[in-house]
Amino acid sequence: MNGDQMMRAHSATLPAPQFENPAWVTPVPLAQAKVAIVTSAALYAVGDEGFTAGDTSYRFIERDRRDLVLGHWSPNFDQMGVKMDLNVVYPIDRLEELAAKGIIGSVAPRHLSFAGNQPDDVSTIRLDTGPAAAAALRQDGVDVVILTPV
Amino acid sequence: MSVLAHIFEAAGIATVVLSSIREVAAKVSPPRALHCEFPLGRPLGIPNDVDFQTDVLARAFALLNETSGPILVDHPVVIEADEQPVACAIPPRFDASLPPSVDEARGLRKAYGRALERRGVTSVGRAITADEVPSALAVLHAIANGADWATTEIPGGNVMSVCHDIRTYYEEAALELIDGPQPGGRAMENWFFETTEAGATVLSARSAMRDAGAKFPVWFYMAPGNR
Repeated sequence: MNGDQMMRAHSATLPAPQFENPAWVTPVPLAQAKVAIVTSAALYAVGDEGFTAGDTSYRFIERDRRDLVLGHWSPNFDQMGVKMDLNVVYPIDRLEELAAKGIIGSVAPRHLSFAGNQPDDVSTIRLDTGPAAAAALRQDGVDVVILTPV
Repeated sequence: MSVLAHIFEAAGIATVVLSSIREVAAKVSPPRALHCEFPLGRPLGIPNDVDFQTDVLARAFALLNETSGPILVDHPVVIEADEQPVACAIPPRFDASLPPSVDEARGLRKAYGRALERRGVTSVGRAITADEVPSALAVLHAIANGADWATTEIPGGNVMSVCHDIRTYYEEAALELIDGPQPGGRAMENWFFETTEAGATVLSARSAMRDAGAKFPVWFYMAPGNR
């Protein structure tokens, strides 16, 4: 079993948080939507604070930043893809292209990064930092987020 | 990611998840998910492939047209992680009096420097700097050869962070040394752990710490779980 197969098999056995009455938002048409990226790759801009192991906080990434450090603590994923091309985890240039073509309305002024390796119940993110981060993007006028996992 | 989707949706923002572990997406049931069976760490699939990445986003954004959910759709392409090490020649040994991994790490310093200059950013530095990598390997070499890890001073204080920095130093340096096609998922990890002296030193130190009674998370996360 290779590393990816092992991680997928292991993750499938973990307890998963349940959401009663999940929300459903009908977005504005994509061509009018302001889009943000939310990643769990623990990326952060040079000069910003890094992530600790099990960190439940988040970092903003300004739209024009490309000098991002990979702050993820897990050794169990390929770390080179993002070093060769940021967009394979954080597709910021793809969003800029889609906005220039009018396929999406606009690119959000800042994006979000969390750390993916979390305790099983993810209660702090669920009750505290997650809603705070979402409120911040809402304040920026974000209509749609694309979530990219690591 | 699927948990965050529920949270953002509750705040009034429409979400699409690029799922990487299908069972988790199925269990947490975010409103809209495109499952991408790609190497872990590469949610958009292929580095430097603009068309492929754009297609992934198009398929993801298309889910916003659905009127009810939850929706879990599979991307039609499956990309497996690479089972082979990337081909990467390492500079020859220079000082045979040093432990092999220490000498090897010194030999990679110039390649690492070129990578840093070209990319403008490095992920080395969680516990140690690039210049401290050889001395950190000397410490791990000593532990692998019987030194008591509990009383040995670990540079930066955190052996998991030190191992991260050593591996990252090697992998970033290797970006300047590889020739040929772009490495697939985990090909660089395979190269580090299966072909370099440093990878062997990390794994030997890890085994020694495990056998000497180090707590599970202390030794286990020095390397990927399948090693």
